[in-house]
Amino acid sequence: MSAIDECFRKLRAAKRKALMPFVTAGDPQMEFTASLIKEMAARKCDLCEVGIPYSDPIADGPVIQESYTRALAHHVKLADIFAMLGQTTPKVAMPTVTMVSYAIVYRHGIGQYVDDAKAAGVAGLIVPDLPVEESPALADVCRKADLSLVQLVTPTTTPERVRRIIDACTGFIYYVSVVGITGERTQLPPELVDNVARLREQTPLPICIGFGISTPEHIRRLKPVADGFIVGSAIVRRVAECATRNQSDVLADVGVYMSTLRAALDEPS
Amino acid sequence: MPPHAPVPDAAGRYGLFGGRYVPETLSYALDQLAAAYAAATADKSFHAELDDLLKNYVGRPSALYFAPRLTEHCGGARIYLKREDLNHTGAHKINNTLGQALLTQRMGKTRVIAETGVGQHGVATATACARFGLPCVVYMGEEDIRRQAPNVFSMKLLGAEVRPVSSGSRTLRDAINEAMRDWMSSVDTTHYILGSVVGPHPFPLIVRDFQSVIGRETIWQCREQMGRLPDLVVACVGGGSNAAGMFFPFVEHGGVELVGVEAGGRSERPGDHAAPLSFGSPGVLHGSYSYVMQDADGQTSDVHSVSAGLDYPGVGPEHSHWKDSGRVGYTFCRDDDALKAFDMLAMCEGILPALESSHAVAKGMELAAGRPKDQAVVICLSGRGDKDAAEIARLRGLNAPQAPSPQGGG
Repeated sequence: MSAIDECFRKLRAAKRKALMPFVTAGDPQMEFTASLIKEMAARKCDLCEVGIPYSDPIADGPVIQESYTRALAHHVKLADIFAMLGQTTPKVAMPTVTMVSYAIVYRHGIGQYVDDAKAAGVAGLIVPDLPVEESPALADVCRKADLSLVQLVTPTTTPERVRRIIDACTGFIYYVSVVGITGERTQLPPELVDNVARLREQTPLPICIGFGISTPEHIRRLKPVADGFIVGSAIVRRVAECATRNQSDVLADVGVYMSTLRAALDEPS
Repeated sequence: MPPHAPVPDAAGRYGLFGGRYVPETLSYALDQLAAAYAAATADKSFHAELDDLLKNYVGRPSALYFAPRLTEHCGGARIYLKREDLNHTGAHKINNTLGQALLTQRMGKTRVIAETGVGQHGVATATACARFGLPCVVYMGEEDIRRQAPNVFSMKLLGAEVRPVSSGSRTLRDAINEAMRDWMSSVDTTHYILGSVVGPHPFPLIVRDFQSVIGRETIWQCREQMGRLPDLVVACVGGGSNAAGMFFPFVEHGGVELVGVEAGGRSERPGDHAAPLSFGSPGVLHGSYSYVMQDADGQTSDVHSVSAGLDYPGVGPEHSHWKDSGRVGYTFCRDDDALKAFDMLAMCEGILPALESSHAVAKGMELAAGRPKDQAVVICLSGRGDKDAAEIARLRGLNAPQAPSPQGGG
């Protein structure tokens, strides 16, 4: 049982839902990312996704792309990210997962990547450009290390593929709310609730919704069907203000924002 | 159409290379495309329609031209040029875009997107879309828009929307990223006409097959003109579509030597060239496992070539397979040598080659010079060079008056 399985077991026992922020490692500096992860934990987030900057992120919208470009502009290295996580994860109760392109995992070596991630206290991996057909080798290594390999299901995933993905997925299912790239949306597709409800009937795995989630209204509407929510671009956009504002003010703003989402999530339904 | 191929396998693997490393959102579109392509290749009417377009619209077969003065200048093997520059729109790219436009129609999709580096694929896509009445958006890096202004204007004249891409290196690689992102949001209605033998399966297969008309024609033209197959075939390799189309039908003819020429740029230093088969290592880029220029962390490296069409850090997976199996030899040609070959072909034969094709011309001349006169070398002249005239003038303006310095591999 990975730390993510344990996290969802506790959440379910307490009848709570997961709030899962996404932060870009090294944007604007690694020290800020460490502070941000601690702030997220203090704001009662349950898990944290750490984005590993990549030069060619085809699933990401402009906000996350630009955060990767900023981080890479000052030569953020994978070793620096694991070093930061190694120092930060022991100080927070919240499990972390890396959101990482397969280009980086492959280059590092899949065994080495998983070893280094585990040594840094990481509980799982999301590899958004590794579809289920290509995932067995990494899934095998993750299983042996007791790390979760989270798979994504999208509105375009066929029922046959959904079954394959459910079989291969560990930790939780990442349900992509929209047909598109990451980024805040004012409106989410009307069929989203039904889509997630249908998926729910097919698997006992926790289902978390990401892509486009950014407002308390989104969360209120979707929480009856989901086990958790992933919020990325709305956070990264606020972090980008570090370019022109005091970093501790930005940190506090992000914290307040997450608290409003937490409050919406914890309202009695 | 092409003979039944031993590669790729059902997963899109060419030996170790290829595959499909894309966000789940695109899996559906790629499966749909693979199914539509399989159905099309089994349908006689599809072949008939494509063959008719290639003959009457593109002007195929393109000539196989014996170049007497170039041969005399080099003093070795007889040099033949496969004249893809004579195709409608001036390059080999149209072979693929017409095929994919027909597939777009078969899939019932109503919008087309494409990426372009040099602009030739953008023009060829805009052309095919105009021919079929499909709205077309072409993503193009800002740096390439600057280098290839005439093609940008042509695309607009053909009714396409050219969207500048300002992220990353602002070249072909970033244009592919941006087209992929568009496709992530538009897969239901939109087909992405990828322009080279790169990207996730089934693109490398589809593009290779549509471009294989180059090699098939060359084989019968050689038999007709020389009574035999050539000794050596040379083509330039960026993503590698003209080379794949030329080489694929020759692969089974073991007596024919095949050489692919990458962009050697300014030097062997990282960032100074665009030659992943020569200097890179296997990795993942744009949905495929192949040789790539990356740093130790897996970040894609910036690359350089004088020609926008070769200015790409990756290469098609089948080329990686041919490299590792030894069937095709890969080498590189420096910017300066490509520019010299451009001049030589212009003055010896009255043909302005594309700067991309000039890399193949340079290496083909060098290899022909070292071979006996009874041998035959075919160079794939993948496109014409009118589009490069302004860039060459700019380079000469900066470097004039002396000739480019002799340096390195071509």
